[in-house]
Amino acid sequence: MKSLRRAPQSLWVTLTVAALAGVMSLVSEPFASSDNIFNVSRNFAFIGLIALGQTAVIATGGIDLSVGSVMGLAGIVTGLVLGSGQPLVLAAAAGLACALLCGVVNGALVGYLRLSPFVVTLGMLSIARSLALVISNNRMVHDFGPDEDLLLGLGGGRFLGLANPVWLLLVAALGAAAWFRYSRLARHVLAVGGNEVSARLAGVPVARVRLTVYVLSSLLAGASAILMIGWLGAVTNALGQGYELRVIASAVIGGANLMGGEGGAFGAVAGAALIELIRNSLLLLGVDPYWQGAFVGGSIVVAMLVERVRRTGR
Amino acid sequence: MLELKSVGMRFGAVEALLDVDLEVGAGEVAGLMGDNGAGKSTLLKIVAGNFAPTSGRVLWGGADVDLSPLSARELGIEAVYQDLALCDNLSAAANVFLGRELSRRLFGILPVLDHAAMRRRSTELFEELGSDTRADDLVRRMSGGQRQAVAIARARLSSPRLMLLDEPTAAISVRQIAEVLELIRGLKEQGVGILLVSHRMSDVFAVADRIVVLRRGRKVADKPTAESSPEEVTALITGAIEAA
Repeated sequence: MKSLRRAPQSLWVTLTVAALAGVMSLVSEPFASSDNIFNVSRNFAFIGLIALGQTAVIATGGIDLSVGSVMGLAGIVTGLVLGSGQPLVLAAAAGLACALLCGVVNGALVGYLRLSPFVVTLGMLSIARSLALVISNNRMVHDFGPDEDLLLGLGGGRFLGLANPVWLLLVAALGAAAWFRYSRLARHVLAVGGNEVSARLAGVPVARVRLTVYVLSSLLAGASAILMIGWLGAVTNALGQGYELRVIASAVIGGANLMGGEGGAFGAVAGAALIELIRNSLLLLGVDPYWQGAFVGGSIVVAMLVERVRRTGR
Repeated sequence: MLELKSVGMRFGAVEALLDVDLEVGAGEVAGLMGDNGAGKSTLLKIVAGNFAPTSGRVLWGGADVDLSPLSARELGIEAVYQDLALCDNLSAAANVFLGRELSRRLFGILPVLDHAAMRRRSTELFEELGSDTRADDLVRRMSGGQRQAVAIARARLSSPRLMLLDEPTAAISVRQIAEVLELIRGLKEQGVGILLVSHRMSDVFAVADRIVVLRRGRKVADKPTAESSPEEVTALITGAIEAA
């Protein structure tokens, strides 16, 4: 029992995903259809990508509530620049630059001025969403100019049977897993989350570490937004609204500890998969979609309870 | 090795230290005792370079030095603090190398953490200290004595010549205290000078070569452990005996 408790949370979540998928394929015929699997995997890729960054933020003992709004801002900017006739590379760079700026502001305020991450990113949640409204003038953008097909192919296309965003997530997750294990920065991220004073005494550049994770989180939100508008074929300023909850839920369910000091790449991906699977199952079982928020919110609380039970055993 | 000459420290109107002389040689354990507020921590912080004394001289190897936290480290002075300052969520090896991680280059370019080398070196350090601490264990699951070994191993990494130990036996169990005292003896055998600050009379008498007593910022005793007794030191600390 002791060794079971010590198994990483990502393993438990993966087993839960497998079990839920097994049950669903028995009780719901459309679940196992290739179309449904394709859709579920694509939907969770957008969330999983952002959850990788969120996991790094949470591992420092912080939180990034602004990811959904950063998606909206980056999406709108990318869409508008494309619509003005610019190439996709330039438009994506513009969208990512906006995301970068949001991340730098978050990270500088949290890292160097030592403001509370909760308050800073809550402020950014409102600011970035408002900027998206101002810039778009509350209009939907669906004319993506000469590079429209390229964008739609990038976000909506598939390669070897998997949606492009899923491929990107796989690459990013492997990269993030290697980063967590082998980079000095990731080691410092965990040290800052574990004991900030100790990290500082040991010469870890605490403020810079904090800045970096918020920048990473925002950039991943921006990248995810660009893929998403390619899939949707249009962008409104509401893009990514409420996603912060799903992203944070994915990271926490995947084993990122909100007290800091713990978290991993595979956990984030497995957590995102579980959340999307729950959403999809509820839909297929005919549960009123209004209930989805209750289930996603409830799953965060349950994940924390499970974590508490595991923790008391060691 | 380390010499303080009539060092004084004043915080505003408060005289924290007054005219204190102190010497610590290589392989010597000096036990620094005194009541709360006697000036032990202030003295330790001066030697660690955290405070500059307001009067007097600090000599290292016979030459005057201006200590800062960085220059103290460069001279070979390492402090291990009471709260230990470890990251509970990381392994022993990760803590030993925190901030000075070893890396190797993958494909000649990409820098990656060299876990094997850090594990090997930490294991060596723990063996030198005679501790049963394992490099891969999380600090969270360690005993107080093992945690102390991790903190000392971290300080040992740079092969210091003088170690400042601030209450290393506070808040740990009796069995672990024995472990820590063994660590201190091990360091002494390797020629490391030790300035040990402790409240626990029995620990100081067990490992110190010399006992230094501070009272209200003044040094009231400085003599070989063999020539003193716990009763005398208690009297010196409380002021029942003026000086010895």
